[in-house]
Amino acid sequence: MPHVSFSRGPRFMEPDRSEQEWITRCQRGDKEAFGFLVGRYMKQAYYVALGFVGSHDDALDLSQEAFARAFKAIGRFEPGRRFYTWYYQILKNLCLNFVRARKKRPIVSCALAEDVDGREPREPVSTDPLPDAQCEAAELRQNLWQALWDLDPEDRALIVARDMLDTSYRMLAELMECPQGTVMSRLYYAGRRLRECMERRMG
Amino acid sequence: MTELNEREVTLLMKALDGALTDAERVEFEQLLSASSTLRDEWQSLKRVKEVTMTMKFKRPAEETWDHYWAGVYARIERGLAWLLISIGAAIFLAVGIYQMVLSLLEDVATPLYLKIGVGAVALGFAILVVSVLREKWNTWKTDKYKEVKR
Repeated sequence: MPHVSFSRGPRFMEPDRSEQEWITRCQRGDKEAFGFLVGRYMKQAYYVALGFVGSHDDALDLSQEAFARAFKAIGRFEPGRRFYTWYYQILKNLCLNFVRARKKRPIVSCALAEDVDGREPREPVSTDPLPDAQCEAAELRQNLWQALWDLDPEDRALIVARDMLDTSYRMLAELMECPQGTVMSRLYYAGRRLRECMERRMG
Repeated sequence: MTELNEREVTLLMKALDGALTDAERVEFEQLLSASSTLRDEWQSLKRVKEVTMTMKFKRPAEETWDHYWAGVYARIERGLAWLLISIGAAIFLAVGIYQMVLSLLEDVATPLYLKIGVGAVALGFAILVVSVLREKWNTWKTDKYKEVKR
């Protein structure tokens, strides 16, 4: 296995001109070059899959499988396209097939961090009970997270991408292959459906 | 409930992101004061947004990223292994069946009705394989999403 060192750059990286060079090398069968592409987009891929499927193990498995399929199909990659946009279609379809084939609903609470920085609290900072407002906010977050799983997977992935992963409208439009106005409109209707699910859950 | 128009949706979504320009803010405020539907949508979606913005995924352990490429590489390697095994198995099977059919047909002791039966099965199988391969080839040539389907 070729050794690849990954940069620890920002989670959502924009492609640059050198990406095409990496892809050309991949198309010649260079696995090390593909390793660099994997290193560049693995976090994005993992979190996008997590938005679709909701569990760490499945998100890891599906995002890795999508990369393997992308490598297999890289010979058909059209020059001038962005790798991530192309890869996203493979990942999205894998995730949707997975969600549709899954009979049971996932254990949805496990993917959500207990604090807003996304850190797992390893030990309690204080033994005092949480202030009421914090408790309420945490409960609201859990309720909303549960309500997200009543939504269609594509609606959920869109809300997760925009609100939780801070993906720009420009990027979303590129990934969804539609104008930014359409993304806004889909997000608006997804938000409305989420609100309705939330209202149903809270009675 | 009255549906919002496209402009109202655009301004609403921009307002939720805090991305309105000065002119758009004025326009949005005018629309808000004129439409109770828009006001209700603005209030309720703002509440939802305030919560979703504070929701974060658990961060996986750093080792997850250290071993990520190894997982992808193993899948690529295994894919190649399965491809080679499948090709090899298909060749073995095809040659075995061919030899069996040939020996049955060449054997003078084989009754005629059995020879006809074996010949019909072999011919039917060959037609089936050619038909499936032709269909797959045509689909592959015309389907632009071929690489994204499972």
